[in-house]
Amino acid sequence: MADDEPNIVTALEFLLEKRGYEVQVARNGDEALRMMEDLPPDLVVLDVMMPQRSGYDVARLIRERPEWAHVKIVMLSARGRAVEIGKGVASGADLYITKPFSTRELMQRIDGLLAR
Amino acid sequence: MLHGPVIVLSAFAYLGLLFAIAFYADKRADAGRSIIASPYVYSLSLAVYATAWTFYGSVGRAASDGVGFLPIYIGPTLMIALWWLVMRKILRISKQNRITSLADFIASRYGKSAALAGLVTVIAVIGILPYISLQLKAISTSYSILVQYPEVVMPDQPGAHTVGVGGDTAFWVALILAAFTIAFGTRHLDAAEHHQGMVAAIAFESLVKLLAFLAVGVFVTFGLFNGFGDLFGRAVQVPQLQAMMAPFGGVAGGYASWAWLTFLSMMAIMFLPRQFQVTVIENLDEKHLNKAIWLFPLYMLAINVFVLPIAFGGLLRFPDGTVDADTFVLTLPMAEKQELLALLVFIGGLSAATGMVIVETIALSTMVCNDLVMPVLLRLRGLRLNQQPDLTGLLLGIRRGAIVAILLLGYLYFRLAGEAYALVSIGLISFAAVAQFAPVVLGGIFWKGGTRRGALCGLIAGFGVWFYTLMLPAIARSGWLPIGVLEDGPMGIGLLKPLALFGLGGLDQITHAMIWSMIANVGAYVGLSLAAAPSAAEHRQASLFVDVFRQGGETGGGARFWRGTASVPDLQNLLARFLGAAAAEEALREYAAARGRRWPEQAIEADAELVHYVEMQLAGALGSASARVMVASVSKEEALTLEEVREVLDEASQVVAYSHRLEQKSSELEAATAELRAANERLQELDRMKDDFVSTVTHELRTPLTSIRAFTQILYENPDVDLEQRVKFLGIITRETERLTRLINQVLDLAKIESGRAEWHETRLDLREVVADTVTGMSQVFEERNIKVDMRIPERMAAVRADVDRIIQVMLNLLSNAAKFCEPGSGRIEIVMSEASGALRVDVRDNGPGIDPADQRVIFDKFRQGGDTLTAKPRGTGLGLHISRQIVEHFGGRMWVESHPGHGACFSFTLPT
Amino acid sequence: MGGTEGRGPRMVALCMLGVVLFNFPILALFNAPAMLFGVPLLYVYMFAAWAALIVLMALVAED
Repeated sequence: MADDEPNIVTALEFLLEKRGYEVQVARNGDEALRMMEDLPPDLVVLDVMMPQRSGYDVARLIRERPEWAHVKIVMLSARGRAVEIGKGVASGADLYITKPFSTRELMQRIDGLLAR
Repeated sequence: MLHGPVIVLSAFAYLGLLFAIAFYADKRADAGRSIIASPYVYSLSLAVYATAWTFYGSVGRAASDGVGFLPIYIGPTLMIALWWLVMRKILRISKQNRITSLADFIASRYGKSAALAGLVTVIAVIGILPYISLQLKAISTSYSILVQYPEVVMPDQPGAHTVGVGGDTAFWVALILAAFTIAFGTRHLDAAEHHQGMVAAIAFESLVKLLAFLAVGVFVTFGLFNGFGDLFGRAVQVPQLQAMMAPFGGVAGGYASWAWLTFLSMMAIMFLPRQFQVTVIENLDEKHLNKAIWLFPLYMLAINVFVLPIAFGGLLRFPDGTVDADTFVLTLPMAEKQELLALLVFIGGLSAATGMVIVETIALSTMVCNDLVMPVLLRLRGLRLNQQPDLTGLLLGIRRGAIVAILLLGYLYFRLAGEAYALVSIGLISFAAVAQFAPVVLGGIFWKGGTRRGALCGLIAGFGVWFYTLMLPAIARSGWLPIGVLEDGPMGIGLLKPLALFGLGGLDQITHAMIWSMIANVGAYVGLSLAAAPSAAEHRQASLFVDVFRQGGETGGGARFWRGTASVPDLQNLLARFLGAAAAEEALREYAAARGRRWPEQAIEADAELVHYVEMQLAGALGSASARVMVASVSKEEALTLEEVREVLDEASQVVAYSHRLEQKSSELEAATAELRAANERLQELDRMKDDFVSTVTHELRTPLTSIRAFTQILYENPDVDLEQRVKFLGIITRETERLTRLINQVLDLAKIESGRAEWHETRLDLREVVADTVTGMSQVFEERNIKVDMRIPERMAAVRADVDRIIQVMLNLLSNAAKFCEPGSGRIEIVMSEASGALRVDVRDNGPGIDPADQRVIFDKFRQGGDTLTAKPRGTGLGLHISRQIVEHFGGRMWVESHPGHGACFSFTLPT
Repeated sequence: MGGTEGRGPRMVALCMLGVVLFNFPILALFNAPAMLFGVPLLYVYMFAAWAALIVLMALVAED
């Protein structure tokens, strides 16, 4: 998970671990990419609005690597306009969620992504 | 062998030869194969300048004055150097305007004035009379001397009233010359006044007189003596001869005379009617001028080389003074029994004299006919000349009559005044007369400001002075006026003595006359020209003359200034009347052909160009003034005002000015467009900023909302969360709610302030109290973070008008910022209040990390915050400072920050008292 | 050389030269009772200067 908002991190970490997933947190996109080098996750949660490297860029960089093709990408954003969603999907996101979101819905969707 | 009949026969034979040459040349010219279209012939024709004066008189002058005869030839040499500029211009003007004589030129320049043409003619005729009489005297005297061969005896002076007119050789000479001239120059009328036969004849006679003179020179120098050295060597032995060799003698008068004589000759080479005729009117090709510029001076040099030797030779040969020096050229061969040479000399002298008489008289008669008689006749309604079908006979008749009259007048002068002076002096009187034309002509071609009135008065004044100072004394000295006029002045007025006007004595007569006449002439010309503006016609002509090199083709310049109505048949009739029906048709056909039409099958328009063309054709026969009158009579011309003429002339410059204005307008247009584009961009930017603002606000709102919703959901769905975490989550919810609330409040606040809908409760307040209260209110925060607060507040301060709550809001903002960025544990905040120049100032300083200069500019902007956004999430909303500044500025104050990274920050604001 | 444009001023210069050569200051120099090649100095000067001027005029005019 990469997000610079501490509260989001706290909440999602709690929820995900409750469900039994292993969670690793990065503060920004570059950190996340570095961590992925060490241990590629099955799913990545990205906040779109991050300093230095936006979520879109991170997603694209992930998608450029064929060995990470299996990694699922979930994007979180405060912007919900159609164009933003389209951009997210174009960057390679499997899921685009707008804030504020329903935690239940988010968890269900993540389950779905990882179940396949 | 040399008796009367032989001499007379030789003379006639020579004249016959000249006539034959002229006849042949005219025939060739009519056939189109002119023999005189050569620069060498042109240059030789210019040598008509050398007359009997040169032939006989130079020696005469040299015998008394040494080199004093030379200026008459050096002057022209200098003037000819200037011909490149002056003569070329005159040639061009004359070609373009079909000028037929000197009077025509002057009249045409000053608005085609008939009065001016007449005046110039009168001056020319009167002025040249002495010169003509000089030639008559030379011929008759040389004959009289030769006929007494082998005796060398001076003939009786005819002016001594001993010989009647009938027995006077000069009289018969005059008549014969008149007949000869008529035969030469008045056989037909030429539109351009070309007399090709005459030109051929005088080119030939120039050669003859040069040859004759050179022959005598060689004879005297190498025959009588043993070369120059011997001749001069022997002359030096004689004291008075030696003195003559250096004649200037340090006397200023000598040099002054020399200079004036040079100047006079410079004018003569231009303005003697015969010189104008051969140089300008008879010129066939402008390029001939190039050769003439040096060939003609060379001729003059050649013919003068032997003058001094002959003069000294004669003085040595006839030391007792019984032989007139003017006759040395003839008497020296006679004394040495050289019959053939003497006859050759006689013929040479005859040649020189007749050349001058023929050309001069033809030129003068043309002027008399075109510029004096015809204008008067045309104006006499009684004669009804307008209705005569063919006037060529009349024109020729007038010219012939003029020739006879001029020659007889010349003879008359000869009888009245001729014998009082030596040849050269007589000639100089004529030079001085034609020099009066110099100001009006030279002024006319270089100065557009010369007016008709100025020219008229200048000529009258100059001529008047000339007459008074030169003619009068000549007549008086010959006994026809009381001599007292010369000695005491008219009616005894000493200051008006003709030979020493206004006391200017000590000068020779010519110099004296020149000075006064030039003063009067130039003074009147310039003075009156400047006094009144030129008329429309004058202005038009002035431009045509002065700007001749700047204008386009021949018709372009003149045609534009005419406005009127005419018909082609009328114009044709007009042409036919003066040029003959055939010539008229030919002229119209040429005109049409030049425009690509066949006349008369295809019609031509009677427009300004055609009228101008017809006028030009007529000017060739009538002179421009008369032509103008005739053309005006068939076309109803509307007079152009001076303004209109100026308008036409300035049309080009107007167009230029207009296009300048157009350029200006288009550049103004470009400027306006650029401005619009800039404004448009600014609007777009504002729009974007608005969008940014809205999106930023929504974003800022969503963030706390996300947290609140998430944690609320978590707590709701997971009742088994342990207590520690539950407390933590609830804390987050609370905090985020607060944050949200704060943000919403601030946004609303900002919206109200910016739209002006905020409520301001203004009161007088004591700023010190407000500040102190705020600090107290935040004391708990300061305690928690261990921040020390220093306050430096003056005892008394002025009061300000502001909203208390808002000021508190500002202070809270500043203080909380300061607290936020202080290092926990070692923080120090300093508050300083001061008063200066009508305002109270509050400084809030902290010892935190300071603010980057780049950030200093933007922290007052909306949603901008200080601090490194990479490492630490900002702890505020980003709106606080912005709102604070808005508040302060609302009350007329300012807010700013001073900070160096690493040394804390100091926020300051002022409020006016 | 210069072509048509230059000839006018050059001719004016020649005229000026002539005026100087044939007037008071220079003329006075030769106004002495001396002889050159058996001919009085003044005469030699006059004709020589005149001839020289003509040659210069020819050169300029026939350029």
